[in-house]
Amino acid sequence: MTNPGRATRWWRRLSALTWKEVLQLGRDLPLLLFLLYSFSLAVYISGAGLTMQLQNADLLVHDADHSRSSRELIHRFQPPYFRFRGEIGDPRLGLRWLDEGRAMLLLNIPPRFHEALVGGEQTAVQLLVDTTNAPQGLSAAGYAVRIAGGFGADMGLASLGLSAEEANLPVVTSAHRVWFNPNQDETWFQSISHLLRMITVFAVLLPAAALVREKERGTIEQLLVSPLSPLQIMLSKIFAMAAVILICAGIAVYGVLRPIFHVPMKGQAWLFFMLTALHIFTTAGWGLVAATIARNQAQVGMMTLFLVGPMMLLSGVTTPYESMPRWVQTMMTVSPLRYYIDVTYGVMLKGAGLDMLWKPVGAMVVLGGGLFGFGMWRFRRQFE
Amino acid sequence: MNLQRIRAVALKEWKETTRDRLFLLLAFLLPALWLVVFGYGLVLDVEEIPFAVLDRDHSALSRDYLYRFMQSRYFSFRGYADDERVLGRLLTETKIRAAIVVPERFEEQLAAGEPVAVQTLLDGTFPLHTDIAKGYIIAINQAFTEERVIDHLRRSRGLTQEQARRLVRPLTVEVRYLYNEEVRSTWSMVPALVMFTLMLASPLLTALGVVREKETGSIYNIYSSTLSRAEFLTGKLLPYVAISLVNVWVLWLMAVTIFQVPFKGSLLFFFAGSVLFVLCGTGIGLLISLLVNTQMAALLITMVVAMVPTILFSGLLVPVSSLSRGAQFQAHLYPAMYYTDIVRGSFLKGVGLDVLWINLLALALFAAGLGLISYRLFTKRPKA
Repeated sequence: MTNPGRATRWWRRLSALTWKEVLQLGRDLPLLLFLLYSFSLAVYISGAGLTMQLQNADLLVHDADHSRSSRELIHRFQPPYFRFRGEIGDPRLGLRWLDEGRAMLLLNIPPRFHEALVGGEQTAVQLLVDTTNAPQGLSAAGYAVRIAGGFGADMGLASLGLSAEEANLPVVTSAHRVWFNPNQDETWFQSISHLLRMITVFAVLLPAAALVREKERGTIEQLLVSPLSPLQIMLSKIFAMAAVILICAGIAVYGVLRPIFHVPMKGQAWLFFMLTALHIFTTAGWGLVAATIARNQAQVGMMTLFLVGPMMLLSGVTTPYESMPRWVQTMMTVSPLRYYIDVTYGVMLKGAGLDMLWKPVGAMVVLGGGLFGFGMWRFRRQFE
Repeated sequence: MNLQRIRAVALKEWKETTRDRLFLLLAFLLPALWLVVFGYGLVLDVEEIPFAVLDRDHSALSRDYLYRFMQSRYFSFRGYADDERVLGRLLTETKIRAAIVVPERFEEQLAAGEPVAVQTLLDGTFPLHTDIAKGYIIAINQAFTEERVIDHLRRSRGLTQEQARRLVRPLTVEVRYLYNEEVRSTWSMVPALVMFTLMLASPLLTALGVVREKETGSIYNIYSSTLSRAEFLTGKLLPYVAISLVNVWVLWLMAVTIFQVPFKGSLLFFFAGSVLFVLCGTGIGLLISLLVNTQMAALLITMVVAMVPTILFSGLLVPVSSLSRGAQFQAHLYPAMYYTDIVRGSFLKGVGLDVLWINLLALALFAAGLGLISYRLFTKRPKA
C-alpha cells in the first residue's frame, strides 16, 4: 500500500461523510429557508432600515420671552440631530412629556432673554436632558450647548459689526475628509455588520449542533466503529457547514451588498472569501469545543448563546472597540469576530491586501489552530 | 383545561430539565454572568479614539492646539507622522481612526486674525463613530477658537479679558440631567441589560421543548393521549416561565445591589411587566419549536430571531426615536422595545402604570397573540 493511495482513500472517506452532512442539511426545509432569508432579505432589511447616527432627539421648548432672539435660537435646533416637538406654556407639562419618553430635551428660555443679549449682559438658558440612555443624553446635550454657544458668539460679535463667517477673525475650522466611506453611507456599515453577525452565529452553531446530534442519537458510535478517524468526523461537519455558509455569504455579497447597496469591493474578492472561510473554521473551533462538553442539543444551544452573545456585543461591530475597558479587550482576543471585522472592512472598504492584514489573519490562524487542537484532544479522550 | 393534566405535563418537563444538570446550570448562570460581563464591560461612550498628527507648522501655537487633543479623554495619541501617505497607511491598517493635519502658517495666520482650516482625516467605516469623532473635533475647535477670538478682540479693540469674554460668550447653557443625575453609563445600561438577557435566554429555554419530542418520536404519546392541545402547551411553558421568573428576581437583585442602580418605580408594576415579557420570550421559543422539524433548525432560528432584533431595535444601544422610520416600524413589531421602556422607566424614572400602561398592554397583546398562534398551529395529528 503506497502513501498516495492512503491519502486518496482518506479524502474520499472524508468527502463521503461531508456529502452526507450536506444532504442531511438539504432535507431540513425550514432551516434552509431560514438560512436563505438570513443572508438575503434580512441583510437587506438591516441595511436599508437602520440608521444609528444620533438624530431626532425630541426637543420641547418653553419660551418665556417670545422675542426675535429666542425664535432665532430655537430655529437653530435643526434636524437631523434635533426634532422640534413644539412649544409648551407650562414647564411642568414638559416634565410630564419627559417622564413619558415623548421628549428627550426641554429648553427653557427665560423672560428678558432678548433684552439681555442685546444689552450686552450675560444670560443663560436652561436645558433639561433625559439621561436614561446616558451616552445619547450626553451627546444631545453636547450638541445643544454647541448650538447655543455658537448663537451667543454670533450675537456678541454682531454687536461689534463682526461675523465669524467673514475672514476677519482667527477662527479654526476643520475640513473633514472621510475615508473609505466618504458619504458615511450607513447602509454599507449596517449590511456588512449584519453579514458578519450571521456568519458568526451560523459558524458556531451549525457544526456544533451537527456533532452533538450524533452523540444525542447514538449514531456517533456507528461512526466511530467505521473506518473513520475522529478528525475526519469533525472535519466533515465543518467542511459541509463551511461550504453552506460560504455559499450564503456569496449570495449576500453578490445578491444584496453589491447590486442593491453598492458596497464597494476595493480589495480582492477571492481574498475576502478565503478569509471568510478561515473565520468560519476558527469560529467553528469554538463550536467544537462546546460540542465536546455538551451531551445534547439543548446544552449546545445554551453554550453557543453564552459564547456568541459577548462576541456580538463586545467584538466591535456594535460598540466602539477602542473605548472598551482593557479587560474586555483582553477577553476579546479569543473572539475570532474581533479579527474578522478588521479583515472584512479592510478588504471591502479599504482595499487592504494580505500585506496589511497579516496581523489579524495570523491571530485567526493561531486561535483556530489552538481551538481545533483542544477540541480534537477532548473529542478523542471522550471515546477512549 | 384540566389542571391536573397540565401539572402532569409540567412536572414531566421539569424533571427532564432538572436531570440535565449542565442545562439547568446554564439556564441560571447565563443571565447572571452576562449581566456582570456586559454591565461592567459594555461601553457605549466613544472614547480613546486613536489618532495621529501631521504638524506642518511646528509652532508653539500648533503644539498648543494639538495638545488639546492629546490630553482629551476622547482621543488617544498614537504619534507624529511626517507625511500624509504615512497617515493613509495607518488608517488603512486601522492603527488609527483619525488624523489631524495642521497646515503651514497656522500660527502666523491666526496671529494676523485670519481664519485657518485644519484638515482632519477620518475613518468612515463606522459611520456612527465617525460622526461622534467629528463632534469632538468641532467642540475642541470651538473652545480653541473662542480663546483666539477673545485674545484677538483684546488686542485689536483694546477690551479687557472680561469684556471680550462676555462678548464672545454672552449665553450660557445650564444643563440639568434628569433621571440619571450623574450620567452614569451603568445606570442606563444595566436595566436595558435585564431586558437583553431575558430576551435572549427565555426563548432558547423553550425552543427545543416540542421539537425534541418530534425528533425522538415521543410526541406520539401526546398525540394518542387524552391531553388537550392547550393543556400540553401550557404544561410545556410553565417550567421555563418559572425559571425565567427566578432569573428576573436575580437580575433585579443584582442591579440594585451590585450595580447600585436606583429603583424608583413600583415593584408590582415591574414584575407584572416582567411576567408578560417572559411569556412573550418563552412563547417565541415555543412557536419556533412548533414550526420546525429538527432541533438544529429550532436552535438556529431562535438564536437569530432573538438576538438580531434585540441588539438592533430594542433601545439597548440606540433609542428607538433615533432609528430611521423603517427600523422604528420593525421595532414596534417586536416585544423587546416595550419592555425596555418598562425596565428603564421603573428603575430610573419612577413611572408606572399611569404612563406606561400602553407598553404593558402591548406586551399582553404579544403574549396573547403568540399563545393563540401556537394553539392554532399545534395539531394532534402527524402531518402527512
